[in-house]
Amino acid sequence: MRSLINTKHSNENINQESTAVGQGGVGRSKKHESADKHVSGEALYIDDRPSLQGQLHAAAGQSTIAHGRIKSIDLSAVKAAEGVVAVITVEDVPGHTDIGPVFPGDPVLAMGQVDYIGQPIFAVAATSHDLARRAVKLAKIEYEELEAVLTVKDALAKQNFVRPPFTMQRGDSETAIEQAEHQLRGEISVGGQEHFYLEGQVSTAEPTEDGGMTVFSSSQHPSEVQKLVAEVLNIPLNKVIVDTRRMGGGFGGKETQAAPWACLAALLSNHTKRPVKFKLSRSDDMCMTGKRHPFENNYHVGFDSNGQIKGINIEVNGNCGYSPDLSDAIVDRAMFHSDNAYFLDQAKVTGNRCKLNTVSHTAYRGFGGPQGMMTIEMVMDDIARYLRKDPLEIRKINLYGKDDRNVTHYHQTVEHNKMAELISSLEQSSDYQARRESISQFNIENTILKKGIALTPVKFGISFTVQHLNQAGALVHIYTDGTIHLNHGGTEMGQGLFTKIAQIVAEEFQVDVDTVGVSATRTDKVPNTSPTAASSGTDLNGKAAQAAAKILKARLIAFACEKYNVGEAEVSFKNSQVLVGAETFSFAELVQQAYMGRVSLSSTGYYKTPKIHFDRATGKGRPFFYYSTGAAVSEVLIDTLTGEYKLLRADILHDVGHSLNPAIDIGQIEGAFIQGMGWLTTEELVWNDQGRLLSNNPATYKIPAISDTPSDFRVDLVPDDPNREQTIYNSKAVGEPPFMLGISVWSALKDAISSVSDYKLSPALDTPATPERVLWAVEAMKDSEQV
Amino acid sequence: MTTSTVRFLLNNDVVTVENIDPNLTVLQYLREEQFKSGTKEGCSSGDCGACTVVVAELAKDSQTLDYKSINACISFVGSLHGKQLITVEHLKQGAKLHHVQQSMVDNHGSQCGFCTPGFVMSSFALHKQNSKPNRAEVLEALAGNLCRCTGYRSIIDAAIASSEHTEADSFAEHYQQTVQQLNEFKTLPSAALSNGRHQYFAPKTAKELADKLLQNPDATLVAGATDLALTVTQNLATIDDLVYLGDVAELKTISDNAEEFIIGSAVPYSEFTPMLHQEYHDLGEMIERIGSRQIRNNGTLGGNIGNASPIGDMPPALIALGAEITLQRGDQERKIALEDFFVDYKKTVLAPSEFIKNVYIPKSSANKVLKVYKISKRIDDDISAVLAAFNIELKDNIITSVRIAFGGMAGIPMRAKQCEGALLNKTFDGESVTAAQAALALDFTPMSDVRASDKYRLKVAQNLIQKCYLELQSKQIETRVVNYA
Repeated sequence: MRSLINTKHSNENINQESTAVGQGGVGRSKKHESADKHVSGEALYIDDRPSLQGQLHAAAGQSTIAHGRIKSIDLSAVKAAEGVVAVITVEDVPGHTDIGPVFPGDPVLAMGQVDYIGQPIFAVAATSHDLARRAVKLAKIEYEELEAVLTVKDALAKQNFVRPPFTMQRGDSETAIEQAEHQLRGEISVGGQEHFYLEGQVSTAEPTEDGGMTVFSSSQHPSEVQKLVAEVLNIPLNKVIVDTRRMGGGFGGKETQAAPWACLAALLSNHTKRPVKFKLSRSDDMCMTGKRHPFENNYHVGFDSNGQIKGINIEVNGNCGYSPDLSDAIVDRAMFHSDNAYFLDQAKVTGNRCKLNTVSHTAYRGFGGPQGMMTIEMVMDDIARYLRKDPLEIRKINLYGKDDRNVTHYHQTVEHNKMAELISSLEQSSDYQARRESISQFNIENTILKKGIALTPVKFGISFTVQHLNQAGALVHIYTDGTIHLNHGGTEMGQGLFTKIAQIVAEEFQVDVDTVGVSATRTDKVPNTSPTAASSGTDLNGKAAQAAAKILKARLIAFACEKYNVGEAEVSFKNSQVLVGAETFSFAELVQQAYMGRVSLSSTGYYKTPKIHFDRATGKGRPFFYYSTGAAVSEVLIDTLTGEYKLLRADILHDVGHSLNPAIDIGQIEGAFIQGMGWLTTEELVWNDQGRLLSNNPATYKIPAISDTPSDFRVDLVPDDPNREQTIYNSKAVGEPPFMLGISVWSALKDAISSVSDYKLSPALDTPATPERVLWAVEAMKDSEQV
Repeated sequence: MTTSTVRFLLNNDVVTVENIDPNLTVLQYLREEQFKSGTKEGCSSGDCGACTVVVAELAKDSQTLDYKSINACISFVGSLHGKQLITVEHLKQGAKLHHVQQSMVDNHGSQCGFCTPGFVMSSFALHKQNSKPNRAEVLEALAGNLCRCTGYRSIIDAAIASSEHTEADSFAEHYQQTVQQLNEFKTLPSAALSNGRHQYFAPKTAKELADKLLQNPDATLVAGATDLALTVTQNLATIDDLVYLGDVAELKTISDNAEEFIIGSAVPYSEFTPMLHQEYHDLGEMIERIGSRQIRNNGTLGGNIGNASPIGDMPPALIALGAEITLQRGDQERKIALEDFFVDYKKTVLAPSEFIKNVYIPKSSANKVLKVYKISKRIDDDISAVLAAFNIELKDNIITSVRIAFGGMAGIPMRAKQCEGALLNKTFDGESVTAAQAALALDFTPMSDVRASDKYRLKVAQNLIQKCYLELQSKQIETRVVNYA
């Protein structure tokens, strides 16, 4: 007989562990499961994996024009270059050549035509990373140039779309606008955003003995990488394993954008029968992978003399780049969030998916939602200046009601709405009114520097708007020493998902979270997974893991009942122990007994989100299970001579329901806020008139650095406010929603600029609001003052 | 030439490197040759700090160690000669995290973790130099490390809280051994490396350097490598013949006399900044925003001048001050005004085989004021759209002497002579400011690029004249966003 591990040791631990309630740690600020490994450099990212024998390194030859037909490709110099082992073009792809994630349109390697600068045309495997990169520069490619569409305006004029336009409508907005006391129009250009995950795109592919492939990919969507690798290689899915232990940041940029490099590594690996690593250099990563969609939006609003909206038409025009990628759903989400937290009454929201000859834009934290919200937040500021009121007053008067004024333009009823209370609480805690006063005084006393303040809310819909993605699986094993092993479909990109789900499983068994081991997300452990996206990671995978744990727990209880002849009510799990009638066992002891009693100690778990539905044909439904909400107050200082600015203080109150891990949730909120601020301030994507990205490195593309964090930064969670929907421990999703709290910084900048006109004018301030844009907006205030 | 080796301490082990390509960066060396993957590659251009490692060097007294954070991704291996290289792997002792690491854990300072080793090393270097850093010192030390996840608050807290730990770390325990070892290294011959195709040589004296350049005028001079290394990591070039200036004794000196400071061309920013900061407040503030701490620990004044970039920040400030430089070729030395050094975009008067030896910076005088403005999108570690420097002497509100220079406004750092002309011998008032602003448009026709438009550059440059005027009129009013607390 197999001898089992001595459990004495764990018994001692149990006794020391004493009596804390909620042994698993749900609700407590547990450190990130990899924190010790992060700080010591021991956490392995894909580029850190030891090189395999014979491993090659890949690079891709890129299009140098924005649009054209390939007349000829001469790769002789590439093939002859030092270190080059293999060169492939689309002709060498044994299976599918299109790797579009939802709709076709993304060739793995160019097929006779190029549609943007940076598009991969051929790929090389060489003996080193640098030799591969040098070799691809040696290709001689001749093009017949075609006209390139490089602006949204041009795309709209030509009706050049990647997907058809779509409209959501409630009531008769035209009439309502016409009949309202006041009307305003406006337009705004909202810039895109480079993800700038610190770890760039990287995949390693290793051929397996049966013609298959094992791929280590820095991907938010291993199952999709698995499918696409199988398709390009023309092999069944069960011959491809994709493994993702952790990413060095994702933010949506590794949802679909990880796949091309995994596919190319797999193709080269299959071609050479050697392991191949494909790591993008930073500048290649910035040129060759999609970004947050730039948008150009406009509105026409009618409102009463209190500033309450009676009707509105909003048009959002997303710059999708050259292919559909995820743009249909992203522009949908921009449309869904064109209301933000406000009742639009009679509303029509139209979304266009513009096709341009740039890289295909993609998922990025908020998934179009932030770009959609910008329009309505602009409307709030514009109405306020028009009526000479504080923008906060306008925002409050337009909030969704509790029992009336509570239906969105896509006909979902806003339930459990506590936004008014949340804003009121933040208004108090941030001392908004007194600071508003002192800022007015400061602005009278100072001619060069001006201050501004703004409070903006966020209401963000939680669920994938594509219904079938709202499902998840998990796999939980219990070993005979009482330790637990956990896998699920979610990926760890720094958001603390693995930590939270380990807490959930530990909580089910009332064992210490350290006894729950987590390992890489793998397609051979949990199949057919959804991307870790849409803030859904914990909601979906937490429930699936809990389901698996509950199944195992039920088996242990049934076993204990039978063995000790007690009722189910007499078996309880507490402090890493199991109480069975009058007897007490350590968790490990009971597990060993169950093993000896031939009880299966491994289970899958499954979850699908209830209640959600949306009919795109009618534009009606309940696409979101619930809403995550929050609000922020930002105070800024601007220099009216240079346009430079600084965020002086930020106060945030955010609702995460019953927090699973407050430290992780606050980390998400702070990080998202600063990232949102970066999007709207210093992060400027610049393409030249040939369609070439000029801001293609961190010397020219400036994400927030340490001094951009305000010295006074106060972040609070709404205290003890469980989600009314039955989510995992009544928590709320936190990944994306706080990103849009950064809008308060943009609105505060406009407040400071508006002070130059004595708050009579609402500055037009496209984003990113760079110092240059701020200065021009200030100048516009001065000019109109002189008129 | 002596034997082709470079020797240094890698953590506590003496390492001898030979027969490698001198174009190899410290990051590549660590990850690919030493299989130490804790140090991460984020950008390979010195902009993100994920690759931060710490170099310990002997201070002037040969008895104490200076710990400096540097970007491994843009440092060549040869530059490690005679030093101690400390990597993140070395901080943890057994199962015990170093206190800067533990503090990051305790404050939830890591999320995805990829930038974390770099932050840990920057924080480690800071605490080695300053056991109780305040918030401003933490920001200054960590401004070259980018984090995309946390929003930095937790990292700032962690770095400040680290100072609560006072127990000696392993570096303190091995301090004397390290000092002794580095002193032994001083007797080593000049560093040299070759892989048969590419050479690296680090002369120890100006004579050795001058001779080397006479023999080989095509050799590439490298000091901090903070820009040059990008031609290797970004443009994929290889440099055949590297001559390293960091070991040349005469180029590493700082001295002063009654009239001026004399700074060796190979002295890194971090060494001369405190002295200049004390003399010229605005200049010191500006230097603390040049690149990052990692860049300033390697980058040199000679490099910033010799590089002749139109957007280098030091030349306009030094031109406004009337700085001079000495150039040496063979045993011939010549001294020229810095403003005469720059000829055209990336072109200088430097002759073949000639090198920059010293920079002479006039000291401040009673009636003169130096105002420096660095305008960029981001406060930390950002290249200027416009750099403006005003050196003005006022007597009874009459401008009796004026030197104004700009960066980012032309192909070279340049004086605004028509603007100066509009101010000289005039009362400094609204009228002369307006005239100077108009004259500035005659001095410069700036260009548009990824950082700013031509119109913005000109407008800001003109507005800075007004700002300078307002600041000289009244010390009371707040005029700067950057320093506002």
